[in-house]
Amino acid sequence: MSPLWLLILILVLAIAGFAIGRTRAMASVDDHRKLHSRPNYYGTNVAMLAFAPAALLLAVWVVAQPIVINASVSHLIPETSYEDAGALNLIMSDVKRVAEGLDVAVAQGALSAEEARSIRTEFTDVRARLGEVGVALGANVDRDVLRAAQAYRARAATGTWFMTAAVLIVALAGFFFAIREARGDFRARNRVENGILTLLITAASIAILTTLGIVLSLLFNTIEFFRLYPALDFFTRLEWAPSFSGRGGASALGILPLLWGTFYISIVALLVATPIGLFAAIYLSEYASKRVRAFAKPLLEVLAGIPTIVYGLFALLTVGPLLVSVFGNGGLLGVDWMGGGRAVMTAGITMGVMLIPFVSSLSDDIINAVPQAMRDGSYGLGATQSETVRQVVLPAALPGIVGAVLLAASRAIGETMIVVLGAGAAARMSLNPFEAMTTVTAKIVSQLTGDSDFASPEALVAFALGITLFVVTLGLNVLALYIVRKYREQYE
Amino acid sequence: MTDATHGTAEPAEPRRRKASLYASDAHTRRRNAAEKRFRAYGIAAIAIGLFFLLVLLVTIVRNGTPAFTQTFVTIEVALPADKLDKSGNRDIEEMKKVSTFGYAPLVDDALAEALAQAGIETPFANAKDLRQIVSASVAAQVRDAVLADPALVGTSHEFRLLAASRVDGYMKGRVTRESVARDKNISAEHLDIVDQMIAAGLVERRFNPGFVFGADASESRPESAGIGVSMLGSFFMMLVVLALALPIGVAASIYLEEFATQNRFTDLIEVNISNLAAVPSIVFGILGLAVFIQFAHLPSSAPIVGGLVLTLMTLPTIIISTRASLKAVPPSIREAALGVGASKMQTVFHHVLPLAMPGILTGTIIGLAQALGETAPLLLIGMVGFIASNAPASFADGFLAPNSAMPAQIYEWAKRADPAYYERAWGGIIILLVFLMVMNIIAIILRRRFERRW
Repeated sequence: MSPLWLLILILVLAIAGFAIGRTRAMASVDDHRKLHSRPNYYGTNVAMLAFAPAALLLAVWVVAQPIVINASVSHLIPETSYEDAGALNLIMSDVKRVAEGLDVAVAQGALSAEEARSIRTEFTDVRARLGEVGVALGANVDRDVLRAAQAYRARAATGTWFMTAAVLIVALAGFFFAIREARGDFRARNRVENGILTLLITAASIAILTTLGIVLSLLFNTIEFFRLYPALDFFTRLEWAPSFSGRGGASALGILPLLWGTFYISIVALLVATPIGLFAAIYLSEYASKRVRAFAKPLLEVLAGIPTIVYGLFALLTVGPLLVSVFGNGGLLGVDWMGGGRAVMTAGITMGVMLIPFVSSLSDDIINAVPQAMRDGSYGLGATQSETVRQVVLPAALPGIVGAVLLAASRAIGETMIVVLGAGAAARMSLNPFEAMTTVTAKIVSQLTGDSDFASPEALVAFALGITLFVVTLGLNVLALYIVRKYREQYE
Repeated sequence: MTDATHGTAEPAEPRRRKASLYASDAHTRRRNAAEKRFRAYGIAAIAIGLFFLLVLLVTIVRNGTPAFTQTFVTIEVALPADKLDKSGNRDIEEMKKVSTFGYAPLVDDALAEALAQAGIETPFANAKDLRQIVSASVAAQVRDAVLADPALVGTSHEFRLLAASRVDGYMKGRVTRESVARDKNISAEHLDIVDQMIAAGLVERRFNPGFVFGADASESRPESAGIGVSMLGSFFMMLVVLALALPIGVAASIYLEEFATQNRFTDLIEVNISNLAAVPSIVFGILGLAVFIQFAHLPSSAPIVGGLVLTLMTLPTIIISTRASLKAVPPSIREAALGVGASKMQTVFHHVLPLAMPGILTGTIIGLAQALGETAPLLLIGMVGFIASNAPASFADGFLAPNSAMPAQIYEWAKRADPAYYERAWGGIIILLVFLMVMNIIAIILRRRFERRW
């Protein structure tokens, strides 16, 4: 029975269980007031016990079965016919496709179930037979693949049979157990509420699972990468030149040029965003009238709500050409600093615009948190408003502002679309901000998009880049939060 | 260095002997000037920020609006029965055997005929050379129309055909006679003909619904590319995000806000949530690639994978805003419910949650808007690099069949070499921003309308 039908079946069982449990509980007492819980809780208890364990088992089985069968069937492929794990994977996907093809053929009646089991490449052109029912195979099916596919089908069928049995047994066991419990003195509500609480805790744990998923998927692939490519080279080499043809060897995969590009662009972005954001925050919190504030603050924050792809396109098609027309050959300044539109400045300035509201909103909150008494004290000594801001408010808010800038820096380092479109693709370590450079995020995208082979160091390097990015941004965030929190404690 | 501390550093010396209350001295003037300057910096900063916003919006609108109009050539195309339906019994299956190659000459002839009727001279002897004025897709357009209505065969029918992208660019000022000098797709003579066709009313620019509702087209036919199919991709992704992120986010927030006791486990969850909110989106893309595609073998480029990745990305946003709105429900509500005998669970689900619902919905919509515009993770799970030309055939296909999404489609267009695609990328951004604006406005209205102040 297919998992979907099984799920529907246990769902039906659960709904029936709800009705039966409820009725049974009501019938077990002469007066409804003698029930421990409200009648629906008895029904829900039955439904829950019939459904939840069985559904959980079903989910685990559906995930685990292909992995187990895959592992057992791959032993059938003789070791001489493949060289490494990547080639085995390709063969296994052929096996699966043939197995699916046989399934389709049986379902359409082109092959009998017996034929599908006993068909041999020596006597039948399997590819042609499967082609007739609309299953296209890339190459002719060889003997081992067909045998493995038949074993795959047989084991999958057995597995599904066991799954059906196991799930139904668990569902029925839960069902009858809960039905027996459905009597007036049973504390059904407590049981149901515990079930709901488990659900809530599971939902909350997804955050942990996500982090775990990120860390594990990055870590395993990074370890795999370092097995193919020396870690020392990755962290210290000054050259980034992945080869696209061969596997390993010829590629130079040093992270330093990418890190340099990342930090250079981030610094340009922060040089744009910090002064503008900070002064905007100071004006909005200290000087602006209510009306100006109500008008300017949300408008500035619109800048943060615009998707990054928009900024990317803006950098590529507007900022880049504009900068070239000023700094490029035959430009307004008469200097020839800029060769093409894609450059550190292009990406940096655009990213700076995007970060203005980050800096201004966070700094605004922090400046507002400085107690009014400190300002009043300063005014009382005869300081002007700007003197108060510079000498009292800003020093008091400084840790928070540093935190805000660090958060903005972490955003800048992790930003992808602007640099993919605006910064260029050449990894370069140069001081000229009008040259194209590339970043960690841009290279993650370029190494992992397209039909790359995930077993090659050229693709796996993206995971090593990813973990570097993850660690750097996480470190910046933790540092920023630590600084902000420490500052808050001073005035509360 | 500051004047105030400076003054206190030398208290003994009465420096400003001639100070008058009516005339400000140099020192005060300097301080006041500094004050004014400081204030000007603030105003300048805000002005620069708003200026950038304005430039951004103007750029988008100016570059994007042309994408919504397209140049069309309106001509009468003769559909001779002897070419399209040789047996003459109007059998659809038989008529399908005539490919677009059979239709292309008809369009060529129709163009030549239309030019002759309007009295436009052409330097081309061969009608085939006129083909570059119209899009490469017109033969298919005529064929589809004929197959949809076989009664057209044997008659002449007026078609509104897409003009070639270069002609469209000429109408919009993107293509000039200088720029076509080395362009093998069109020549200056063609543009001369187009000029005369405009005068004759055969060529016009009008609203192009194909851009909003249509499918993407190949690199060489920007004129027939549309964002409709990737819009569907985005729609199905948002369904996944809504169906997963809202219940999971609300459940997690309820646990953390109402039930969790202060312990290691709770702390761990809290730290994780705040960290996930700051993880770069590209890292979520790597997660999606490694876990959902490599490990779980879900189909790559499918909206369901995109939806799952965006769910994980949106969860922290939804959890943070949901917790804030749960926290805003005053304890007296909970105490009253507990006081009349409700259990903790009943209190939360019957009383607290309904009161917090407007806030939760607002947060969810804002989270969805954020997810809708996100591009980077979609690049890694393969939603770019192909032409999203087919609308999903069924509801299940909507989740499982490879598709693009609006921001990924915009990125795809921005990468293509033909500048005609840039215009479409800007146009796509207008549509994307309209969606985001509508979602944010709904969120604001919800908040204004239903938010209660206790």
